[in-house]
Amino acid sequence: MTRYTPVTDSDREAMLAAIGVASLAELFGEIPESVRLGRPLELPASLGEAEVYEHLRALASRNSSTEESLCFLGAGMYDNYVPAVVDMLMGRSEFLTPYTPYQPEISQGGLQVMFEYQTAICELTGMDVSNASVYEGPSALAAAGYLAKLTNGRPRFVVSRGVHPHARETLRTLSVGYGTSVEEVELRDGATDPRAWAAAIGDDVSAVFLAQPNFLGAVEDLAPLIAAAREHGALVVCSADPIALGIVEAPGRLGVDVCVGEGQTLGNRLDFGGPSFGFFAAREEHLRRMPGRIAGETRDVDGRRGFVLTLQTREQHIRREKATSNICTAQALNALAGVVYLSWLGREGFVELAELLARRTAYARERLCSLDGVSALHEQPVVREFALSLGLADVDSVRRVIARCAGERVEPGYALGRDYPEHPDALLVALSERRSREDIDRLVDVLGRALAAERAAAAAGGAAA
Amino acid sequence: MSVQTGATADAALTIFEKGQRGRRAFQAPAVDVPERPLDELIPRRLRRSEPARLPEVTEPELVRHYVRLSRRNFDLDSGFYPLGSCTMKHNPRLHERVAALPGHARLHPLTDPARAQGALELMWGLERALAELAGLPHVSLQPSAGSHGELTGVLLTRAYHADRGERRGKVLTPDTAHGTNPATVTMAGYEVVKLGTDARGGVDLDDLRAKADSDVACLMLTNPNTLGLFDANIEEIARIVHGVGGVLYYDGANLNAVMGISRPGDMGFDIVHFNLHKSFTQPHGGGGPGSGPIAVSEAIEPYLPRPVLVRRGGAQGNGSKVEFDLDYDRPRSIGRVRGFQGNYGCFVRSYAYICSLGAAGLRDVSETAVLNANYLLARLRALGVCELLPPAYERLCMHEFVLSGAPMKQQLGIRTLDLAKRLLDHGYHPPTVYFPLLVEEALLIEPTETETKETLDEFAAAIAEILREAREDPELARTAPHTTPVRRLDEAAAAKHPVLRQAL
Repeated sequence: MTRYTPVTDSDREAMLAAIGVASLAELFGEIPESVRLGRPLELPASLGEAEVYEHLRALASRNSSTEESLCFLGAGMYDNYVPAVVDMLMGRSEFLTPYTPYQPEISQGGLQVMFEYQTAICELTGMDVSNASVYEGPSALAAAGYLAKLTNGRPRFVVSRGVHPHARETLRTLSVGYGTSVEEVELRDGATDPRAWAAAIGDDVSAVFLAQPNFLGAVEDLAPLIAAAREHGALVVCSADPIALGIVEAPGRLGVDVCVGEGQTLGNRLDFGGPSFGFFAAREEHLRRMPGRIAGETRDVDGRRGFVLTLQTREQHIRREKATSNICTAQALNALAGVVYLSWLGREGFVELAELLARRTAYARERLCSLDGVSALHEQPVVREFALSLGLADVDSVRRVIARCAGERVEPGYALGRDYPEHPDALLVALSERRSREDIDRLVDVLGRALAAERAAAAAGGAAA
Repeated sequence: MSVQTGATADAALTIFEKGQRGRRAFQAPAVDVPERPLDELIPRRLRRSEPARLPEVTEPELVRHYVRLSRRNFDLDSGFYPLGSCTMKHNPRLHERVAALPGHARLHPLTDPARAQGALELMWGLERALAELAGLPHVSLQPSAGSHGELTGVLLTRAYHADRGERRGKVLTPDTAHGTNPATVTMAGYEVVKLGTDARGGVDLDDLRAKADSDVACLMLTNPNTLGLFDANIEEIARIVHGVGGVLYYDGANLNAVMGISRPGDMGFDIVHFNLHKSFTQPHGGGGPGSGPIAVSEAIEPYLPRPVLVRRGGAQGNGSKVEFDLDYDRPRSIGRVRGFQGNYGCFVRSYAYICSLGAAGLRDVSETAVLNANYLLARLRALGVCELLPPAYERLCMHEFVLSGAPMKQQLGIRTLDLAKRLLDHGYHPPTVYFPLLVEEALLIEPTETETKETLDEFAAAIAEILREAREDPELARTAPHTTPVRRLDEAAAAKHPVLRQAL
């Protein structure tokens, strides 16, 4: 017996008797002796609840959370404030503990949440239809690639290097299986180079992939990039930062085929990278090739409004090898956080938040660029994230500068050198609405001193050499 | 049951149909920086032309709306949920508390590993525990769900063969397999070849021998399988597949039956996926999140998704400091299968669970899961239920079992679906229905180890009662449910004329 397994000795005796076997071992009689473990698992002994709590708390205390340090890290996940109502609703048993709503009569709450979520995502992205969410952002983009493969079967994908490096890599990993090649198009002054882009696209391109804003924070001028793809009949997939869509044109209005993105920033915690949700929205014509769960409205036998999982003939449990995807898990609980968060922000709040971020970001960019040696990596418009050139020799110097800042409990941003070797001294700085002007001023101060210290150390090292 | 009835007129109004223009729950922080015109920041032509028509409600309306919706859901904390293949075991509340600690919940995924040592150590601990349970040495926590783990596993298979200069075209899956298996195979660019099932519910060995050739990349298998039966021929199956150079993939959906008793690695499997939301208590969340780590053999290890978690120092007791890091320098890796490091929040919960139970407790989980399933089957027999709902295979089962509703349909004129719907009126979540596909009118029942004998007795009695009542009046079941917020819904109409969003 454990604290989660209720069978007492006398229960066991009665149960074995009812089954008609003499021992527990007999129940496992089908397992050949040769494949039995035959020894205890080499794992620690069990712990009481309080002991487990202390152990997990001790591990947590060795992580530098955004509670303790001023976080300007973004690059796909953001330190947004999560309203108390989100925690309260996500913690309710009725949302936390059910399975996928296979029995709609007793799952109307979850199904309606999906329907509301789909509505909110369509509104945000300007798309016709949305599914009930997929795993997370990068795999959502890769899933759009598979939709394109099913749609036209052409042999090439063309991807802007403005797309999140994790998403580009995930697309590459998953497309190996079905044999579509992936070609990347360079950025120019921080945005997708329109000439290189147009040159890369031909009639053999299945789909093109863009990000809005892109990974370096730049708001892309999407219209000509989309037109170039349309000319060749390629599908256009756009990954969007949903918070930026409060101020930046909805991709759906510009004619993209599929709009995907990372939903963490909508009311979900950072959780060191997950779970969050990916959103996946498309033009109506792609509906029957979409992956994942979709909720739809209908009536019950008494004529009452109700909701069900629908268009299931796309899905693996019905279509098996002919399914449009193998996915069966949505991220229902995280998508609930998303729709509650969007309702909490509301129509006006959604815009105000994006505008506030744009203003504070402009302030931060200007102030940081006034530091010695620091310049903007690009001059494109930005919403809440921007890239700087720190005027340092290499990515290791950038890492040392970040470590110096972290020593003063400031996480100044993400070193771009690994993902963009052509920018070894670049730093990607992101804001959430939790970062005030005062916080930005502190970043400027701390980063300025860290850069000066790094330059001094380099000069001393150079002199010594 | 405790769910709200449909009495209130606005029960199904959406959040978009509530509220009024101008209402709000959010107060933006004051603008504390110079208010430059937006046109200077982002050119007008790139800006949003039409606002997103999001709901306009205050916090009280927001709370009441979603609490009301929550009461139209059945959940595991309210009642028995014997949904076969889904392992609906209790979700300990401690896990929600520890996962919410700021050091876990508010840790940015790109924090330098030096400042995330606690998180990486936790992941390391989970990896080691899963490796021990799988009987395979290496683990990647990256995949987001079981199906994602499957896809990762089949892509690993592809990379493994490609590295040997081989191009294989086929993957074998039994006809009892979860639908995700064949769907995964297609996505990974292979052809699905179905294997038959023998008279005892296992893989048909003759069929396997006939189909296993040098074009087979992999066999995907669940053991115990989806019939709840352990395939005792597993070693022979492994010999056949390995004999043609194929890889053996273990779908871990049914791991809850064998933890600490028999390990997939010892059975001969090369790749295993776990469902942290099944065996390891990550709450199902109404359809996600999940997490689908994989364990692999030495031969498969070079191809694991990157980054790979590594532990440095502390060796030979030389007192050097132990450090954890993420290794991106993995030239033979298949690459990422998602962003960042995986669903860490799920890792925290599953790690806490493993700490709570320990070695002996995990074994007790599987023993109790199997005991509960066999006991429930015995109770159903004792009550005469199995005369109308016979087990698909007359054997001891593992952690779940399959009944066939075919005699019930013939003799009482009610279908498995009707029985399931009538169970709703009795306050139960029904078992999985119409799966596995090869059993007519199938009912797949998995009670899990966290249920008491009393609950199993009551559930068996409820099924007996539904059958008794159906003898007198089958309409009660045919028109069930009667007590739920809505009754049977028109799914055909929903698919024919899809309404997938609120019209605004």
